Amino acid sequence: MSVAITLTVNGAPVSREVDPRLLLSQLLRDELGLTGTHVGCDTSQCGACTVHLDGASVKSCAMLAVQADGSDVLTIEGIAGPNGALHPMQAAFREHHGLQCGFCTPGMVMGAIELARTAPDLEEATIREGLEGNLCRCTGYQNIVKAVRAGAQAMREG
Amino acid sequence: MYGFDYHRPAALSDIVDLLTADEDAKLLAGGQTLIPTLKQRLAMPTSLVDLSAVPGLREIVAEGDGVRIGAMATHAAVAGSEVVRAMLPGLADLAAHIGDPQVRNRGTIGGSIANADPAADYPAALVALDAVIRTDRRDIAGAEFFTGLFETALLLGEVVTSVFFPAASHARYAKFPNPASRYAMAGVFVAKQGDVVRVAVTGAGPSVFRWDAAEAALSARFSADALVGLVLDDDGLNSDMHADAAYRAHIVGVLARRAIA
Ligand SMILES: Cc1cc2nc3c(=O)[nH]c(=O)nc-3n(C[C@H](O)[C@H](O)[C@H](O)COP(=O)(O)OP(=O)(O)OC[C@H]3O[C@@H](n4cnc5c(N)ncnc54)[C@H](O)[C@@H]3O)c2cc1C
Ligand code: FES
Ligand code: FES
Repeated sequence: MSVAITLTVNGAPVSREVDPRLLLSQLLRDELGLTGTHVGCDTSQCGACTVHLDGASVKSCAMLAVQADGSDVLTIEGIAGPNGALHPMQAAFREHHGLQCGFCTPGMVMGAIELARTAPDLEEATIREGLEGNLCRCTGYQNIVKAVRAGAQAMREG
Repeated sequence: MYGFDYHRPAALSDIVDLLTADEDAKLLAGGQTLIPTLKQRLAMPTSLVDLSAVPGLREIVAEGDGVRIGAMATHAAVAGSEVVRAMLPGLADLAAHIGDPQVRNRGTIGGSIANADPAADYPAALVALDAVIRTDRRDIAGAEFFTGLFETALLLGEVVTSVFFPAASHARYAKFPNPASRYAMAGVFVAKQGDVVRVAVTGAGPSVFRWDAAEAALSARFSADALVGLVLDDDGLNSDMHADAAYRAHIVGVLARRAIA
């Protein structure tokens, strides 16, 4: 069986015939070449695959492509400003050394952007709780917390 | 993942028909349990029947002396709902601490209770608040819904459509989350409705259960002090790499006191 789906990915319309078992992460990476969305686990726990679905962060490895039919998907490739200017959250990760190997970073940044929009405050505890769905094996999180606070402040001011 | 067919009908009756005609078809809600299960090849359904196109199942509305939550309401929607926060803030708080933000944006109350994971959070709220589960064909009392480890009273093809929670003068949940998964190593929901006190425990046994001795003590005097010295019998409690039965029995006592204060 294959199913016809139509969705928007980073602002561009996408139409495909897909096998129902195709994951959203596989659609993005293997079919659309958007390999910025990483896959770090088989257990839906690491958050490296986080994208925004209609504005809310979701794990694209825990969702079927057919479930995204009719939705608006935003990936790490879609957040930079015109002519490639880094998104304020990306800029903050660079400025505050919020990454080492960078594997978790696309998911961290997508999760952090949602956190910046929804968190009631930017206390350390709020940021750490808001990033519970994203694991990093390198940084020890200290600089990620700093980066997220700075990025969120920049987003709120900008 | 093994292959499967996929259907997304907009009529609830079509969903029920598809599920009843084929016992190897599976209902798909938020997918936060089902899709990881399929990825690990722990299940091999012939088809997935997606509930997301049926209208009205995400609604959260005040109804009589309580709140009705649609089966497809996400954990994030329950956590953020004005109606739930006003009437049962302890329930909103429970939803706000399920898993992580991404899981809460997809996972649903219907999926959580139908799955009946022994470490899931919602079962404690349903039992403590004496909720009523509405399906496509009947109403089921919270006390009768959870029948065992991953077992519920749902029949083949039966679909949860909403859950009704009666209001309470006290409703609070305290859990000891597993540091990796956030599932409850133990979780205790304490509710008081009129003179009735219920203490429901999840995560500690094969299925949610009520702690009678704590209920009796709290009915006599509704105060955390009333539980001092009371220890849950650890016979039959879960023992695993995270915690043994005696430890779980101990934290249930601690959590029950926290759920009152
Ligand atoms: C990383 C991670 C952490 C988590 N942490 C927690 C936690 O801390 N606490 C907790 O309680 N849960 C936790 N969960 C589970 C989460 O809450 C799931 O969302 C939930 O258990 C299942 O809901 P769903 O909507 O995703 O259902 P699905 O995965 O779509 O379905 C689950 C099962 O329920 C059936 N089903 C779904 N909807 C209905 C319905 N309306 N009627 C009848 N049957 C139905 C399906 O057929 C399937 O068998 C976690 C999950 C993950 C991936
Ligand atoms: S790859 Fe999606 S959570 Fe790990
Ligand atoms: S920077 Fe390496 S996993 Fe986070």
